[in-house]
Amino acid sequence: MNHLPLIIKREYLTKVKNKSFIVMTFLSPLIMIALIAVVAYLSQLNNDKQRTISVLDETGYLKDVFQNTENTTYTNLNDLDLETAKTLVKEKEDYGLLYIAKVDSLEDIAKNVKFYSEESPSLTIISGLERRIEKRLREMKLQKDGVTLAQIEASKTDIDIAQESFEGEKSSKIDNIVKLAFGGIAGYLLFMFIIIYGNMIMRSVIEEKTSRIIEVIISSVKPIQLMMGKIIGTSLAGVTQFAIWVVLGGVLMIVVSAIFGIDMAQMQTPQQEMVNQAIQAEGAQAIAENMLTAINNLPIANLIIAFIFFFIGGYLLYSSLYAAIGAAVDNETDTQQFMLPILMPLILAVYVGVFTVIEDPHGTVSTVFSFIPFTSPVVMLMRIPFGVPLWQQGLSLILLIGTFMFAVWFAAKIYRVGILMYGKKPTYKELFKWLKY
Amino acid sequence: MNDLLVADSVSKNFGNFKALNQVSIAVPQGSIFGLLGPNGAGKTTLIRIINQITMPDQGNVLLDGQPLKPEHIKDIGYLPEERGLYKSMKVGEQCLYLAQLKGLTKAEAKSRLKYWFDKLEIGDWWNKKIQELSKGQAQKIQFIVTVLHKPKLLIFDEPFSGFDPINANIIKDEILQLRDEGATVIFSTHRMESVEELCDHIALIHKSNKILDGKLNDIKRQYKTNTFEVGLQSDRSDAVLTEIKNKFEVLPATFRNLNDDIKLNIKINENISSNDLLSFLTSKAEVHHFMEVIPTANDIFIQTVKNN
Repeated sequence: MNHLPLIIKREYLTKVKNKSFIVMTFLSPLIMIALIAVVAYLSQLNNDKQRTISVLDETGYLKDVFQNTENTTYTNLNDLDLETAKTLVKEKEDYGLLYIAKVDSLEDIAKNVKFYSEESPSLTIISGLERRIEKRLREMKLQKDGVTLAQIEASKTDIDIAQESFEGEKSSKIDNIVKLAFGGIAGYLLFMFIIIYGNMIMRSVIEEKTSRIIEVIISSVKPIQLMMGKIIGTSLAGVTQFAIWVVLGGVLMIVVSAIFGIDMAQMQTPQQEMVNQAIQAEGAQAIAENMLTAINNLPIANLIIAFIFFFIGGYLLYSSLYAAIGAAVDNETDTQQFMLPILMPLILAVYVGVFTVIEDPHGTVSTVFSFIPFTSPVVMLMRIPFGVPLWQQGLSLILLIGTFMFAVWFAAKIYRVGILMYGKKPTYKELFKWLKY
Repeated sequence: MNDLLVADSVSKNFGNFKALNQVSIAVPQGSIFGLLGPNGAGKTTLIRIINQITMPDQGNVLLDGQPLKPEHIKDIGYLPEERGLYKSMKVGEQCLYLAQLKGLTKAEAKSRLKYWFDKLEIGDWWNKKIQELSKGQAQKIQFIVTVLHKPKLLIFDEPFSGFDPINANIIKDEILQLRDEGATVIFSTHRMESVEELCDHIALIHKSNKILDGKLNDIKRQYKTNTFEVGLQSDRSDAVLTEIKNKFEVLPATFRNLNDDIKLNIKINENISSNDLLSFLTSKAEVHHFMEVIPTANDIFIQTVKNN
């Protein structure tokens, strides 16, 4: 008798009707958006802060390179010695004092620039100052060698290397960023999904054990059916929750940015630096166009199909292990010792994805990890936007499915024995023995 | 009478531990079959094998003459000793779910549930959650779920635990009624008085082996010692006592009676009939109490287990 649909239905409905599930579903996006809004607001607050930086330039060469900007004002101090200047700046409560000591040769200036301040200055300010001084000094050195300013100006070139594959597919930096974003989102989504809903499956198995209903159920259905029903039912609940999050989050995001006028895109994160650099090189319109072509250039069909297969495969692989853990223990505190071996490959996959795939999507490390079943779903999903040969995807998928079937067999064995075992905390050795029952 | 369930030399090992060793039982159609044994004897393992929860290493189990198949699940109703229900699920939903797992359609399950809820007068529990019910109330739901799909074979493991005497009685009557309607019952318990009350057949499992089985009455006959419990009254009780002691093997007895001077257990030889004993006694004193001592299930249980 096939009770799978019935079990799936019950698991799904119990999860979805659960109060804390409902609360989490609707509250999480709110919290997330609130958090983002707060962070955006705070960083904006930071950017809006007005700073005055005093400059004491004893050489006189660098005075005019410091142009006031929106948030920073530069004051030139003339004819003061260093000590007086320091006291003065301290009294004025300026952000800091940039001191360029008098030296004889142009070459030595660079070594005699100092910045005095109350607190250690922010990295962006220092690097901004450095950039300006460096530019001026280079110009001066060139002029000394007889190069005119006009020549220097003329020598500046903007270079944007046009990228094209041997098959004639064009790509650009934007392209890579878009690919990275797609791969990253897909991999990260899977990671989150496994952790959140794997845990939910585990808890629901433990609940059946603690409420002692398991033997009643198991006299009506096969343990493997119950296990699969649980996994699928919980996953569907998870998909529902995720879908609501995406829709709700999107709507809220638009609403919040409309109301508060917070431009989310202005938030500065290290990853965005890369985006900004790429954007700087091109005009806004060109960017929009490039973005579209970049998305068009993505192997969309491949991406979607691979996403579905790797997502399902990876999720099922891990969730069957979660179910086995749930069956092996009596309560949640006992799960700790078994969680580590599950989390390790998962975290490894994300690290490999983030650090290696970005660097070299088709390098040895990325390629190998995109074949190992426990890491392949995450790593492969991150690689696919960069174009992975179909045979590699296929092989990886076959390995994944094979391992998944083995994991289900393994989990079902543990599950079958474990759900009827009460009282003691099993060891790995005992789990191994259960396989032979 | 044919046997509904036959287990033929069933063995089961867990690692190095032998849980069942060549155990055979035959449960006759329409009987209440007591499956007895001390804790850890292997009863639950045998029951789980019958329910196809565990597979035997050796031996066969036949239901209605056929080897057990997954389809037989709907023919068996099992109330395990370790039982419970989904705590946060509503009573009605839960019953429907469990009934459907046993192969009933939703409509069928609903109408049968209505019958049972009315019968046990618990109709207003339908929308309550299990966690709002008391333990005894939840046990009632559990009982209904076990019998709802009208299985040929009912397996009850300690069905009365958690019930007060009134509800235990209600459940006992329901079990008897189900038996009368044609169901066969396997009944596992440590409460010997319910064995005495309900079972026609018993099997005793001890340390993974079956050490005794058969009709309860046959077993009792086998275990009887031709002993009679006697209560007498006489003016010269000392003299009577000596006379009896000279003639028969006598043991002291305790039983509740109104005015007996002499209370005795008298053991007689096979060649003396109970009538002979009685006429001897009436000639010596006034007989208030005369009863053959029948070994109780409890006695048989303890004696057999100790001897093994």
